[in-house]
Amino acid sequence: MLNVQKLTKIYATSAGDLTVLKDVSFILAQGATCSILGPSGSGKTTLLGLCAGLDRPSSGSVLLNGIALDQLSEDGKAQVRNQSVGFVFQNFQLIPTLTALENVTVPMELRGDRSARSLGLGLLRRVGLAERTVHYPAQLSGGEQQRVALARAFINRPKILFADEPTGNLDAETSQAIIEIMLDLNKTAGTTLVLVTHDPDVARLTERTIRLRNGQMI
Amino acid sequence: MRGSAFIPKMAWRDSRASRWRLLLFSISITFGIAALVALGSFRRSLAQAIDEQARTLIGADLVVESSRPFNREQEAMLHSLGEAQAREVRFRTMAVFPKSGGTRLVQVRALGGGFPFYGKMETLPSVAAQTFRSGGQAVLEESVLFQFRAIAGDSVKIGDAVFAIAGALKKMPGEASPAASFAPRVYIPLQNLADTHLLKPGSVARYLDFVRFPPGANVNATIAKIIPQLRRFGLEFETVEKRKKDLGEILDNLYRFLNLVGFISLLLGAVGVASAIQAHLQQKVETAAILRCLGAPVFRTVAIYLLQAMAMGLAGSIAGGALGVAVQGILPVVLRNVVPLSIPTAIAWQPLLRGMGIGLSICVLFALPPLVRFRRVSPLLILRIPVEQEASSRRDAVIWLAYILIAAIITSFAFSQAERWTQGLIFAAGLGVAVGVLTAVAKLLIVLLRKFFPHRWSFVLRQGFANLYRPNNRTLLLTLSLGLGTFLLLNLYLTRNVLLAQFRSVGANNQPNIFLFDIQPDQKNAVAALVRSLGLPVIQQAPIVTMRLAEINGRKTAQMLADPQRTIPEWELEREYRSTYREQLTDTEKITDGKWIGRIDSRAGDAVPISVERGIAKDLGVKIGDRLVFDVQGVLVATRVASLRSVDWKRFQTNFFIVFPAGVLEQAPGFNVLVSRVPTPEDSARLQNVVVAKFPNVSALDLTAVIQTVDAILTKVALVIRIMTLFTVGTGLIVLASTIWSGRYQRLKESVLLRTLGATRLQIWKILCAEYFFLGVLTSATGILLAIAASWGLAIFVFKLTYALSLWPAAAAAILVTTLTVLVGLLTSYGVGKTPPLEILRAGVE
Repeated sequence: MLNVQKLTKIYATSAGDLTVLKDVSFILAQGATCSILGPSGSGKTTLLGLCAGLDRPSSGSVLLNGIALDQLSEDGKAQVRNQSVGFVFQNFQLIPTLTALENVTVPMELRGDRSARSLGLGLLRRVGLAERTVHYPAQLSGGEQQRVALARAFINRPKILFADEPTGNLDAETSQAIIEIMLDLNKTAGTTLVLVTHDPDVARLTERTIRLRNGQMI
Repeated sequence: MRGSAFIPKMAWRDSRASRWRLLLFSISITFGIAALVALGSFRRSLAQAIDEQARTLIGADLVVESSRPFNREQEAMLHSLGEAQAREVRFRTMAVFPKSGGTRLVQVRALGGGFPFYGKMETLPSVAAQTFRSGGQAVLEESVLFQFRAIAGDSVKIGDAVFAIAGALKKMPGEASPAASFAPRVYIPLQNLADTHLLKPGSVARYLDFVRFPPGANVNATIAKIIPQLRRFGLEFETVEKRKKDLGEILDNLYRFLNLVGFISLLLGAVGVASAIQAHLQQKVETAAILRCLGAPVFRTVAIYLLQAMAMGLAGSIAGGALGVAVQGILPVVLRNVVPLSIPTAIAWQPLLRGMGIGLSICVLFALPPLVRFRRVSPLLILRIPVEQEASSRRDAVIWLAYILIAAIITSFAFSQAERWTQGLIFAAGLGVAVGVLTAVAKLLIVLLRKFFPHRWSFVLRQGFANLYRPNNRTLLLTLSLGLGTFLLLNLYLTRNVLLAQFRSVGANNQPNIFLFDIQPDQKNAVAALVRSLGLPVIQQAPIVTMRLAEINGRKTAQMLADPQRTIPEWELEREYRSTYREQLTDTEKITDGKWIGRIDSRAGDAVPISVERGIAKDLGVKIGDRLVFDVQGVLVATRVASLRSVDWKRFQTNFFIVFPAGVLEQAPGFNVLVSRVPTPEDSARLQNVVVAKFPNVSALDLTAVIQTVDAILTKVALVIRIMTLFTVGTGLIVLASTIWSGRYQRLKESVLLRTLGATRLQIWKILCAEYFFLGVLTSATGILLAIAASWGLAIFVFKLTYALSLWPAAAAAILVTTLTVLVGLLTSYGVGKTPPLEILRAGVE
């Protein structure tokens, strides 16, 4: 599902080149769960961004669902994300002007899928927000916002879900609930799960853990 | 396209929190569009009125005109023309109002026959238009009756004849009725003309014949057939087509100028819309990053906001169209005395749609640069990863393409509106220079503030000043919109002042201010003696002989007029030249080429050496040594150009195109002009009364009245310009409000943080005051300097006038603009210091 080979990312700064990721390689099968674990500044989020086609590597390659991302244009990568990838972020990243339901249906509407609404309602029901469909992000708690983000991540039935510290802004109880939903969706839909975290307890819940330090796998 | 419904849906949903604010910003372009729509509709209505009421433009099918009574041959030709004809003799003279004892220069129109044949002579009472024709009565322009408090039944004395006033003239077909004119019209019956004893050989009068062709006649074909004959007779003529063309040209020039003023409002508004879009997009960066992350292609992400910009443009255009239609209804009322037609006020759809289309396009065009920049929003932003340094926007070719497109469209619009392409280029270049200077000033301010920041100043002042250069500051935008507005409005005002000052300076010092003319040769000395007996100076006396150009270098003027390839203007070949003869140059003249010859001993057959004014020599295409033949009231006089003169026409003296040497024209029929100076209006009235009592044929022209008239005309034209500039002012205020408002969210965030840290409301208020005050002062100063430079350039190079700077309008503009900036700044920041910080922190800022 995800084949990462010798991935390196170097930023050019005024003080010289800064290597944030160096020679990272791993392979994940369809339906696998994996954590990327490491302290702040170890390159976790950079790695996730490169795997999801949000950024260009300085060298190395990423094969996502058999597609070489570095061969694609920006719009090509956007299409891959829309069709195969789901995202969950630490700070939820919901669009403030859209209701919960509208936020969930955006990926499907982008594809022109007319069943977006019924699917969205179903997913919101599944994450326990059936009564909050017309509420705006500002009217929802952090946990509720993350559940909306989860519903949005799964609406296009992604083959892989990237979660960037999805519980970083939540209390322990809500975090537990969110992780359970993600693992449940992984099991029922067969979605590959890549989870960035600095919490070893969360990492333990996935089948595989990739540890990063100073941009390198250890 | 797959998912194409997503773009409008998302654009609509995304605008939820900012819909009303975006709508408010869209008003920025409303006034500009209203101006274009109103003008376009008015022009269309006017063209329609000209077509529909064409024949009332001259009241007849053909008007034949001569400066001498028609001779037998001409009469025979005229009689053969049409079934109905009317005659009129026009001349200027003094009218005396026995009841009040007042005198005034008037234009007498002795009318015989059923003119006007088309349209109606409107009088008050309406019967006066007919009753005065029976004899012994006169119809006078309303303004002159008002001036002397005369009413129907009173009398007016013209020359030796006394007429009962039948009523007031309201309107004559084809003639505008200006509120003020040098010589108001007085209609008397033609059969009473002789009783006035005013017309003598050499008197300046116009003889008119109005012709109506039989019904069904092909008017244009008939006129085309007789034109060669009219030209051979040296007769002037006017046709409906000719008047339509002249009127169209005059109105086209006015329309072009006003349209440019309207376009400036629109440009200002577009700057406002662009600033609003930019501020809006700044708040949407995160949303765009999310959309990109969820798989939205760049085009669709940008299209969402492009659609919002288009919606703004459309809303502004609809409001502008509606306002324009309303104003179009008002313009005919404002201009009813200037335009000699009744103008329909029905909605003209084509100009309405055109104005709205231009508005929408300009709005989208100006939204392009921020939108083009928006396409570079990276999805990485949502991962909090620093985005790699891409090529800066300065190196972004697409943004430069957008700027070039804007410049090209503005320039092409200026070209389309200007009479000559050079004027269009000057307009576009002037605008470009103004924008360039304002941008440079804003950028220089930012650099200087960064470099020499006043660190020792108080906290509030430092905060206020720092707001001018911090990231996302509004300095450039506000400097551009405010500075451009100040520049345009003040420039219009200063230029008008320069024009008026030119006329006002006439009354100053010891400049001549009264002209006595139509003095017969035998009255010359007696009138001069009379003037001196009243203690008034005789500044200048000049003999005047009227003549027409018959030949230029052996080519007859009639031949030249018939030549479609000729380059000499028609009026210069047809006009009546009022020439003088004298031995010396006056102090308003200077020889630029050739030799001045002041006196000759005329010998039959010798070409008379004359002096020709430089400008008319250029128009006629003549140089030193060229031969001109003048028809001096039936006698052909051969001349050669001996010298060319420059003449200061702005000086109120007797100036001439053609000056003959003494010794040639002394025996030709003519009259004299005497120039004097009266210290007070009472002296002027006394002189006029005494002269008219003793010499009824002599007319007086008081220049103070001329100055008032010029002022009245300029005020009338200025009213239209003011209406147009009001659109610009309105736009300027809205742009000011919208640019400040669009930066409000950022100020709100900062102020909330400051308040959270313990700043009082007063401190926040002072910070805002300092920021907007400094911005207002700098912007108005730049705008004022630009306006002074532009008005100086216009005065020196276009109007060729001496430039005198009026300081108080500049000072008033500085105070007004600064105060308005601070006031609007504070108003649009209302609530910043009042809202509890938590409320804003929880709700987020939209």
